[in-house]
Order: sequence, then C-alpha cells, then structure tokens
Amino acid sequence: MQTSKATTRLDLSPAIRMGLIGGIVTLLLCLIGVIEISHGRAVIYPLLSLGQTLLLLAYVLFCSMAVRRMLAASEGALPRQGVIGSGALAGLLISAFLVALLLVGHWINLRAVLIRASPQLYELLTFGLGFVPGIIALLLLGLLLGALVGGLYLLSEQWRRAITLGVALIPLLAILSSAFFAQRGLSPLAAALIFGVGAGGSYLWSKSGASVRQRIADLPPAGRRLYQIGQLALVAAVVLLLPLSGPYPSQVLYLVGLYVLMGLGLNIVVGFAGLLDLGYVAFFALGAYTMGILTSPEIQWATMRLFGFQLSFWAALPFAVLVATLAGIILGIPVLGMRGDYLAIVTLGFGEIIRIVALSDWLKPLIGGSNGITRIPRPIIGPIHFNSPSSLYYLIIIGCLLAAFIATRVKDSRLGRAWMALREDEDVAQAMGIDLVRTKLLAFATGAAFSGLSGAFFAALIGSIYPHSFTLMISINALCVIIVGGMGSIPGVLLGAAALVGLPEILREFSEYRLLLFGAALVLMMLVRPEGLIPEARRRLELHEAEAGAGE
Amino acid sequence: MLQRLRRRLSGTMLAMWLIGLVILAVVVYGITNTLTWGHYSLTQWLNLIIYGIAQGGIYALIALGYTLVYGILRMINFAHSEVFMSGPFIGYFVATALDNAGYFDRGWGPTIFALALILLVAMIVPLVIAVLLERIAYRPLRRAPRLVPLITAIGASYFLQYTFLGLFGSNVKGYPDIDLLKDTWTFGGVEILRTQALVIVAALFFLVILYIFVQLTKTGKAMQAVSEDKDTAALMGIDVDRIIVITFAVGGVLAGAAGFFYALLFRQVKFDMGFFPGIKAFTAAVLGGIGNVVGAMLGGMFLGIAESLFPNLVLDGACRWGTTGCIPAPYQLKDALAFILLVLVLIFRPTGILGERLAVKKA
Repeated sequence: MQTSKATTRLDLSPAIRMGLIGGIVTLLLCLIGVIEISHGRAVIYPLLSLGQTLLLLAYVLFCSMAVRRMLAASEGALPRQGVIGSGALAGLLISAFLVALLLVGHWINLRAVLIRASPQLYELLTFGLGFVPGIIALLLLGLLLGALVGGLYLLSEQWRRAITLGVALIPLLAILSSAFFAQRGLSPLAAALIFGVGAGGSYLWSKSGASVRQRIADLPPAGRRLYQIGQLALVAAVVLLLPLSGPYPSQVLYLVGLYVLMGLGLNIVVGFAGLLDLGYVAFFALGAYTMGILTSPEIQWATMRLFGFQLSFWAALPFAVLVATLAGIILGIPVLGMRGDYLAIVTLGFGEIIRIVALSDWLKPLIGGSNGITRIPRPIIGPIHFNSPSSLYYLIIIGCLLAAFIATRVKDSRLGRAWMALREDEDVAQAMGIDLVRTKLLAFATGAAFSGLSGAFFAALIGSIYPHSFTLMISINALCVIIVGGMGSIPGVLLGAAALVGLPEILREFSEYRLLLFGAALVLMMLVRPEGLIPEARRRLELHEAEAGAGE
Repeated sequence: MLQRLRRRLSGTMLAMWLIGLVILAVVVYGITNTLTWGHYSLTQWLNLIIYGIAQGGIYALIALGYTLVYGILRMINFAHSEVFMSGPFIGYFVATALDNAGYFDRGWGPTIFALALILLVAMIVPLVIAVLLERIAYRPLRRAPRLVPLITAIGASYFLQYTFLGLFGSNVKGYPDIDLLKDTWTFGGVEILRTQALVIVAALFFLVILYIFVQLTKTGKAMQAVSEDKDTAALMGIDVDRIIVITFAVGGVLAGAAGFFYALLFRQVKFDMGFFPGIKAFTAAVLGGIGNVVGAMLGGMFLGIAESLFPNLVLDGACRWGTTGCIPAPYQLKDALAFILLVLVLIFRPTGILGERLAVKKA
C-alpha cells in the first residue's frame, strides 16, 4: 500500500456518498410510485416515457453532483479518467440500489407492505428484458450514463451548458405539448430538432450573448423603452392567447390566477411584514362562504332578511372582501403580541376552527354543514356571461393585475416600508415611531382582503363550496407559492403560482404527489436557496447577511 | 397609579379581556346548566374522565417531544406529528404479521410478547426518522433566521406524510383485534376498558422514566444545560450536537410509544393521522409552558381530560331548547377546543401553567 501511495491518493468518498444518496432517492422515487405512474405519459413517443425520463434525470442529477463534488474536493487536480470514473461509480451505485430492489422483489412479495412494488415497476426497471438480462442492462445503464455525465464535465462550459439545455428542453416541451395540444409526446425527429435548436441557441448565446446585451444597454432611451414594451407585449400576448388552446388549459390558468391572488395577499403578510400566517385559508373560506350565502338560491336566510333578493356576483363581491377584511382585523387583534412560530400555530388554529365549525351540524341550517353550498351563479356583466373557463380566466387576469398593481404601489409606500421595518426588527421599528398595532392590523387586513377576493372568485368558478375544500392544504399551497417564488417579491408570486399550481395540474397523474413535491420543495428551497427563485433585493441581502454573520 | 392603569387599558387589551370574559361566562353557564340538567350519570362522567386520562397520557408523551426540541432549538418541530405517525404505521405491519402467526390467541404470555415487540418497532422507526430529520433538514439551518427552519419543518412534515402515502397507500389500516384486551377490569367498583387501563399505566410509566432521565442522568442534565444556554454549555465541555441528536431521539421514541398507544385505543392508522394529535400535543406543551418537561405532562393530561369532557359538560348546557341541546352532535366541535384553548392561553398567559414567557419575546 505504501508504495502505490501516489496513485491511490484519489479519495472517492464524495462520489460514493452522492451515489448512495442518489440510490436512496431513486429507490424512494420508484417505491412511492412516481416512476410507474408517469410511465403512462410519453416524452418521445415510442422510445421514452416520462417515468423513464424521471429515472434518467435522477441518474444525471446525482452523477453530475458526484462529479462536481469530486472536482471540488480535488481542487481541479482530478485526472480525466477520474472525472469519468467518479460519474460511472455514482451511476453504478444508483443502479445497485435498484438491482437490490429487483432481487428482493424477485423472491419476496413486497407488495403486501409496499403497495407500489408491482410487477409493472419491475418490468419498467428491467426494460422488459426479463430478470437477469434486465439487471445487467440496468447496471450497464448506470455505468454508461454516469460515465457520459462525467464526460460532459471534460467539455468546455459552453458546450456543457448547450447540451444540458438542449436535453432539458425535450421533456419540458413534451409535457407542455401533451397538456395543451393533447399530443402523445414528441416524435423522435421533433425531439432531435428541439435538442438541436436548444443546444445551438444556447451555444450561440454564450458566444455572442454578452455583446447583444451590451448593444441593448447602449440603445438610446427611446429604443430601450420600445424594447421593454416589446418584452411586455410578448408576455401579454402569450398570457392572453393561452386559453385559445382549449377549455382545460384555461381552467388550469384560472386556478393559477387564484393562487396568484392569494399569494399576493399572503406575500403582504408574510413577505412584507414577516408575520407567518398559516390560517390564511380562513379568509379564503370566509370570502367563498360570503359569496355563496349571498348569491346561492339555496341559502335564503341572509339575503331575504337583508335585501329581499339574491345578490349577483358583483353585488356580493364587496361583501365577501369586507367580511374577510373584518375577520382579518378581528383575528389579528389577539395575535398582535405574538411572534414567529407562535403566530404560525395560532393562525393555523384559526383556520382549522373555521373549517371545523363550518363542517359541524351546529351551523348546518345556516351554511349547509358538510353538504356545503351549491348553485352559486357565475358572474355576468351586461350581455357577457362569464360561463366558459376562458372568459373567467380573463376576468381573473384583470383581478390579478389590479392586485399586483396595488401590491407594488403599497410596497413602496410609507406603509410598505413600515411593514419591512417590522419584519427586520420589531423593537427598532417601534422605536422609530411605527405604530405596531396599526401596521400589523393593516397587514392582516390587506392580506385577508386579497384572500377573500380569491375565495369569492373560487366560489364562482367551482359553483359549489364544501367545508373540506378549505383545509390547511390551501394555506400551505399559498405559502409554497410565495416561498418558492421568493418571499416579498411580486414577480416571484407569479412564477411560484405557475410552477407549483400549474405544473401539477398539467401533470395530472402527479396530483397524489403534489404535497410530497411541495414538502420537498419547501425543504430544498430553505436549504439551498432560501431567498426564492426571483428574490426581492432587500430580502436576499438580509438572508446573506445572516449567512455572513453566522460565524459570530 | 391611575396613569399606569390607563396605559394598561389600551383598546386591544380591553377587547381581549372582554372576549375572555364572555368565553368564561359561557363555560360557567354551560357547566352549571349541564350539571343541574342531570342528563348524564356519574358512571358516564367517570368513563369520560378515564378516557380523557388515557388520551391525555398520549398527548403528554407527544408534547414532550415538542417541548424538549423547543427548549433546545427554540423551534417548533412541525414534523413531530409525522414522527408520531411513523411508529404505529410501521408497527401495523408487525402487528398484522404477529396476528397472522396467532400470537394474540394464545393467552397472556404471547400477547404481551407481541405487544412489546410492536411497541419496540413503533419506537425505533420514529427514532430513526427524527434523527435523520435533524441531520438532513434542521442542522444546516441552525443559525438561519427563525422563519427558515419553521418553513423547513412544515415542508418536512408534508414530505414525510406523503412519502408514507406513496409507499404504503392511502387507506385506513385497521390494527388486529386483541381478544384479551377487549374486556373490562374493575377497580374499586369502576369498570375500565382494558385497553384504556393499559394505555394509562404504560403512558405513566414512560412519563416517569423520562422524568428520571432528564432530572437524574448526566445526559439529561446536559440537555437541561443546553436548553438553558447553548454556548455556555459548549464551553462547559458538553457536545451540543450530540445532545441535540439525543433530544430528537428521545422525542422520537416517546412519540412512537404514544403512537402505539394511540393505535391501541383507536385501532387504526392512516398516513395523515398525526395532524390532530400533533397539533393538540403542541397545545398541551404551550399550555404547560413550552420548554418545561413537567408542564408538558400536566398540559397533556389537562387537555386530554378537558377535550373528553368539554363537549358534554359545556356545549350541551351552554344553550338548550327544551330537552335537547341546540348544538346537535357537540362532539364534532371537540377538535376546535384545543385551538380555542391554545389561543386563549397564548393571549392571557403566554407562559403556560409553568414556564417562562417565551411566546412574546426571546426572538
């Protein structure tokens, strides 16, 4: 051992560790059924299913992490065969876990306990080649794929990026095309084309992107303005034209819009003012129930006594917002003195109380109990009946724009600054003359108003509301939207809602795994990028300041 | 004097006290009304109380996990309810296997052996999960701003819950019938269901063991020291990381035991069964003063008994029309009690029954 010291100095432990982690994660992906369920959707029509794509993705991800860790650990002194070898090693380890599953599953019926360890899964993992050849193929796949990923790191960064983008575009476009145009996935030719365009585009951009950006920056003010307007117009055109692809996409988009509304409101409470509110669904429910009580012909007691007739959507809308706002203030008063996690738990309690009370037989004569309220009418403006999903979608876009406008204006106002001061340090904020009670209550009230608004829209879209539509899940979803997007950032809310609400809605087979995905997203986001995808400048600074100050 | 009084009587405080008084009035009115009504017999009340104690023991065991972790990390371990769920969930598979092997039909010896085995599994699985949780999700964030670990914990909770759903399915899994525990025992003229008696005795046993562990052993004292002041404890030669891992492990074991007792009482497990017991146990921990071990035990017992008595004792009498209460099926509102209690405690006595004032300051 002593003599060959120089050649065996290569420490493989980072690659081994990543391989083991990757193996466990991939095994888990198989056993919770994600791989098998998404096997039904094609990415490249006869060749590759979404399930196989996910499997490959796991391989690529962990192998590349292994190679990266190895490169970082050896400080660039890794030989060529070391780069390829470490990738291959990680790939082989991942395969080893899957092979272990196949072996165990071959002799023991795992299905009695692990319901997804089905023959279909085994067949998928062995590529339908049968037991022994399948295992060999799986091991070879890990080895080759790992080596390939390792080889990618021998290329220049420009080429690596180009290839990564080209490959990543294929499943992305395949999913979108199958969701919006009901296609069976891409044909091999289309996939090759997408890869070529993506990789070529990325390569060209990395070569000349800087000069293009420079040229835009050098444009005269009028030209730059035109360029910005052009960008906006492009986005607007896409957003406005999306519903034309069919009724289902607009339904998805409507849901995304609802979450944008809710996210914008929660963003004020959590993102601006730093008050973690987990009972946000309470105001959503109040908005929806107010809408239901005032407009549904089933519930007569309130409308008959107060007005003598059923209200329309538009007449009931202000009431829904008003009730939610009032509730926000009333629920805000007792929690004024609380901070952080206590606030979270108490607000969570409020949300649950509202749901439990709505569900109980106690108020059944008034709000329908577990039967809920049905036959809530759709909105009408003059001759326009908002019956189709696409018209409702345009309606909610207007609502979102309005809300985004208000949120942006409020953010830079005196009040917005007061909220942010509150978030940074309550005591200092108070010392600076900020009225804590007023500021906090305004945050709760504004947030609640937004939520009530989206609740009212929700009631009108679905047409019927039930207590179990208003679970903690909605609060958590809204929270995820703003955290993934970037707390306190308004574009972040849009992106977060599109990614977290739209994507699982498009991939319907994943609906069971939505919360699994959300949970994982929250944890990963907090570990890797706590400031979110599109961070707000100030917040990012704050989090990095905290990191920088960690040594103290 | 007058000025001080006026300053204390701000509008919000006044509103809060008013709310409190109204609730107190409703409670007192409801209790007197129910008692004069005489709808329920003494045995019924006793049964409710015994059931409440069994329930309370379970809450107390879970609450200890929250309290211990909070004491040390100043963080609500949201995922604790999933740690609680994991034990009986895996235990279910052991239980069915043992049931199929006939352990529950062969008299006391094999039954007790089988129960002990399930309990063991139900304690080891949560231990592993709790320790992994700390290692993977919480340790890297120990110095992060406060909201960050809390959000991580929420994420971890959902991740665990739905991983269990994915792995084992969403259906309710019924624990096997244990014939020997179906009957009742009579203590001093009071009939107690055997499962309830067993749960009460076992829960008390674990509570006593934990109390001895925290108060008398070296590790327990180190835990107290870390919860008092992490940095000073480190200077005194205590391995803080190790103590934190042990704290999570102890919390996990207790939650697992609680989960097993829960499964004995209700004889079923489901992937989302942890939510309500978890949230109630947290309430119990706050009730007793979070960070305080004895407080968590008392808080759990109190909450268990209160929850079991509350619907019949208060709601039934609080309003009634003629011979029937005007709240049909008051037990449906049982789950809301924990939350209402939590809110009230945090408003009027944030320190809990015992314990320091953590809810408001100490960021």
